[in-house]
Amino acid sequence: MKAPRIAGTRLGRRDPTVPPWLFVVPALVVYAFVVLYPSIAGVVYAFTDWSGIGSFSFVGLDNFHTLLHDDRALASVGNTLLLTVAIVVVQNAIGLLLALGVNTNIRSKALLRVVFFAPAVVSPVMVAFLWKYVYNPENGAGLNGILGAVGLGGLRQDWLGNPSLTLWSVAGMVVWQYAGYSMVIFLAGLQGVPAELHEAARIDGAGAWQRFRYVTWPLLAPALTINLMLSTIGGLKLFDQVYAATDGGPGTSSETLSTVLYKEAFVYGKFGYSTAVALVLALFVAAVSLIQLRYLRAREVTA
Amino acid sequence: MSTVTAGGVSTGAERPAATRSRPRPGYGRFVLELVMIAAAVVFLFPVYALVTLSLKSPSQIADSPLKPPTSPTFHNFGNAWSSASLGSALLNSAVITALSLVLLVVIGSTGAYYLARCVRGLGYSLYVLFLLGIILPFQLGMIPLYKLVDDLGWLGTYQGMILFYTGIQMPFTVFLYTGFIRALPSDYAQAALIDGCNHRQAFTRIVFPLLRPITGTVIILNAVFIWNDFFTPLLYLGGSGKETVPVAVFSFVGQYVSDYGLVFAGLVLAALPILVVFLLLQRYVIKGFAGGLKG
Repeated sequence: MKAPRIAGTRLGRRDPTVPPWLFVVPALVVYAFVVLYPSIAGVVYAFTDWSGIGSFSFVGLDNFHTLLHDDRALASVGNTLLLTVAIVVVQNAIGLLLALGVNTNIRSKALLRVVFFAPAVVSPVMVAFLWKYVYNPENGAGLNGILGAVGLGGLRQDWLGNPSLTLWSVAGMVVWQYAGYSMVIFLAGLQGVPAELHEAARIDGAGAWQRFRYVTWPLLAPALTINLMLSTIGGLKLFDQVYAATDGGPGTSSETLSTVLYKEAFVYGKFGYSTAVALVLALFVAAVSLIQLRYLRAREVTA
Repeated sequence: MSTVTAGGVSTGAERPAATRSRPRPGYGRFVLELVMIAAAVVFLFPVYALVTLSLKSPSQIADSPLKPPTSPTFHNFGNAWSSASLGSALLNSAVITALSLVLLVVIGSTGAYYLARCVRGLGYSLYVLFLLGIILPFQLGMIPLYKLVDDLGWLGTYQGMILFYTGIQMPFTVFLYTGFIRALPSDYAQAALIDGCNHRQAFTRIVFPLLRPITGTVIILNAVFIWNDFFTPLLYLGGSGKETVPVAVFSFVGQYVSDYGLVFAGLVLAALPILVVFLLLQRYVIKGFAGGLKG
């Protein structure tokens, strides 16, 4: 800040152009009430046997021991990680391909961009209900109906009812909803790649793949960072789609950390245990965000 | 699994895309256009099913669910509107979203103004504290906050939800505003201060109007989040009569799950308002989503 020092401000301790700290108080109060205090309390409750009513006592690491022997919670950890990997990989791959396709001089590009992005503004619960029909196990309905109509009847599945398929079906609906979101972020990155660089590479004899690999791809790094962060965090926290489409079933085959901690608290009344599961989720999110930020920031280059 | 199909279809898009600058662009562009449109058609299949089924009676659906409706019926829409109480749900969502947005913009921009201009000491520490809130999953504080709101007697009320959204979206809002204000020259505000404005006047009259682009982004991103949020309104508003659209749709579908025509008519009506707003403001919405998260 190169503010002119006005005489009388002792040793520049109070810069007169800086607004008074009262400006930040309302934001801080709301933030502390809704996020900071409850999160700290959550960490504390994770080490108690609180049931939501009455008193509670500290039980050390008991909740985490329970978690290690709780098949449903353990299944949810595995499911959450698998779902996240599937969503991150497929959503970003499709998003990138769509962005490359739309970032050309085709006539329908403006329309296509709107079409592919539109599901991202709709409530995930509603998308889940729509896809519950797409995944209808009956032969004539939904995806199975289409498969039958195009002669691929042999591929018909009980998409949400088959425990070894449920997780991937859930990933499919999430990817459908958010691939356009990834596309839009990649598209912003692609539009920032200077045309002269492509021209220069072409004159130097680089083919289409080489131009993508050595010109476009490195310059897409910031967009990739944002996309990977958003899809990873979204995948780890996934709740709405699972709760609406499968409620974690059949069995525990699509249970995620978020559905488990919801049920532990509001179905079984184990508030202490539920916050312990939430703490595990928070640690996953924090670890992944920090690793991604560190690793991905390092490979960002500028044009 | 249809996503794999979509991916397979659009895999071919990459090569024609890259050849766009070759001397004969006509042919490659045409192929790419076809491939992309084919991908869009596959992509739109669920939406086709949604609209088609919403226009059919149960017997027509049992007959041939996916054929285009020969004699469309609009019965489902009227029934869904009343069975899902969509009128009041839309009103609840509108009130909660609008008031949360006002508070987020006013409180967030003011707070960010201090954090952007005071970059050392207290200002810096507070900024880092706000950034922490972007990473923290809200599930960690979910239960203690539920108890707090319960103790206030604010479960099942508008103010409980508005407080929640103002707090939960504050870190992100502050982050967007602070980044924007830091890139803004401070000369205007200084001139206003020298001319005798106090800080509040300098902010409301000079700085805030300059924030219009980022205020647009803040409103768009927060509005989409708040309008579609499900987990917390399910906890706070379930059974209160103040349910937002996603919660109302959730209980409506639970009740009529086997009647696809009715359920889908409900989904169409519930999704329509935000889709219409999106189509009207598509340039700004897409820009907001594409650029608002750069950090």
